[in-house]
Amino acid sequence: MILIENISKSFGKRLALDSIDLSVKDNELFGLIGPDGSGKTTLFRILCSLLLPDSGKALLNNHDVVKDYNKIRRIIGYMPGRFSLYNDLSVEENLNFFARVFGTSIKKNYGLIKDIYKRLEPFKDRRAGNLSGGMKQKLALSCALIHRPEILILDEPTTGVDAVSRKEFWEMLSGIIEQGITIMVSTPYMDEAVLCNRVALMQEGRLLRVDSPQAIIDAYPKDIIALRADDMYRLVMDLRDFPQADSVLLFGQEVHYSGKGKNIDRDAIRKYLEDKEHKDIQINTISAGIEDSFLQLMA
Amino acid sequence: MNSKEKVIEVRGLTKKFGNFTAIDRLDFDVFKGEIFGFLGANGAGKTTAIKILCGLLHPSSGKASVAGYDVYKQTESVKRSIGYMSQRFSLYEDLSLYENIRFYGGIYGLRGKFLKERSNDMIARLGLEKEKKTLIADMPPGWKQKIAFSIALIHEPKIVFLDEPTGGVDPITRRQFWDLIYEVASKGLTVFVTTHYMDEAEYCNRLSIMDEGKIVALDSPDRLKSEYSAKDINEVFVKIAR
Repeated sequence: MILIENISKSFGKRLALDSIDLSVKDNELFGLIGPDGSGKTTLFRILCSLLLPDSGKALLNNHDVVKDYNKIRRIIGYMPGRFSLYNDLSVEENLNFFARVFGTSIKKNYGLIKDIYKRLEPFKDRRAGNLSGGMKQKLALSCALIHRPEILILDEPTTGVDAVSRKEFWEMLSGIIEQGITIMVSTPYMDEAVLCNRVALMQEGRLLRVDSPQAIIDAYPKDIIALRADDMYRLVMDLRDFPQADSVLLFGQEVHYSGKGKNIDRDAIRKYLEDKEHKDIQINTISAGIEDSFLQLMA
Repeated sequence: MNSKEKVIEVRGLTKKFGNFTAIDRLDFDVFKGEIFGFLGANGAGKTTAIKILCGLLHPSSGKASVAGYDVYKQTESVKRSIGYMSQRFSLYEDLSLYENIRFYGGIYGLRGKFLKERSNDMIARLGLEKEKKTLIADMPPGWKQKIAFSIALIHEPKIVFLDEPTGGVDPITRRQFWDLIYEVASKGLTVFVTTHYMDEAEYCNRLSIMDEGKIVALDSPDRLKSEYSAKDINEVFVKIAR
């Protein structure tokens, strides 16, 4: 398990992490969700023993990230946000290299990476630099796994990758969890949060909330409706001027609305919009999604 | 809002690199004031198509016009009629806000007193008068994004190309940005968006989805969802591209 107690880190005047407390259970798929600059990478670098915290402590399976850094580096697999394999080595050479650095071989741990690596094997002689984004990501994951780590730390593995590869990647993570490994993964994308057992929402170096995705969704405190009309831009602007409006936010082709109180008077809103000459007004009661909850927590 | 005036017209557009056909007989129109999403997996041919529409690459065959200019013969006029913004390629971190605006304005051919006035106007509209001399590196991501967008519009283009515009920003900032996009579109600017993030695609008026060099779907997000019996565009995309 991962135990983080009161970790803080500043860069000059900027406080990147502000007294973080968090624990991740054995064999959990734990998500760290937050925008760029919220502190996700800084926290991961501390957990990987690549950066010293200013204060606080962190234990990975009971090993201290500062004192036992040698042990830490053997028990974790780390996939940094930027592609960090050797572009001028082939797929197979990269994997061999990482296996041998850890004193093991591809053969010994093939079972663990088989499902991922078999999609790469047709390209095993291709240089890593010439792979597509989705294939680079699979190779990086294979290299992070080849020494059979106890804990896998993945920093924004799906950023810049197309929707199909993203889906495949999350399917691979479920496969890794089945092998008994603990995973901590970060992402700026809210829709990936629901694929984790638990998530922490991070903003400006703090954790706003830690819970299961369902519990975070269930905690949304108000009624919520989705609206549409022929001119969406005007709809948003007018709804924001409605006296009872609290939150009026675009969600693709809809606007999600919640009022100052818990309940929503749909008829009053419809009349207000009709008076403003909106056409094709549609109003539907919906249940909040994870993004509604995050937006509400962040506001 | 949308009109029937075409600002991009593409017919049979094809580009080959040796034996490889990167884009294969594309046909589509984009209208004035429309927010048009251009989707496809890595390697589907999006970048090739966009380079042609931005006047940076010659097609092998077919026709295309952008803001009324031909992409074979009038590439310089095409470039002057479009704006471009991407998450990766945008502002110079070690220049100030004012310096960035002056620099990009200069690239787009604005000069002297006119450029100075335009720069100050833009800073006033952004509400960042006090930050005129602040380095871009010291600004929060949400500001950078709005600044980059404003700079892409400094020469009053007819079309703006947004390449994964909101990746990595928080959901509040992202929505403020889409408010801005809806605002400029409502004034008649055409917005051409490429993205890997399907929740971003849901904001577009119409979407095209490319696969192996061809456009395999083109419609409003709603109609695509019902056609593919999918709950969201992500599902539509996975059904098409897998």
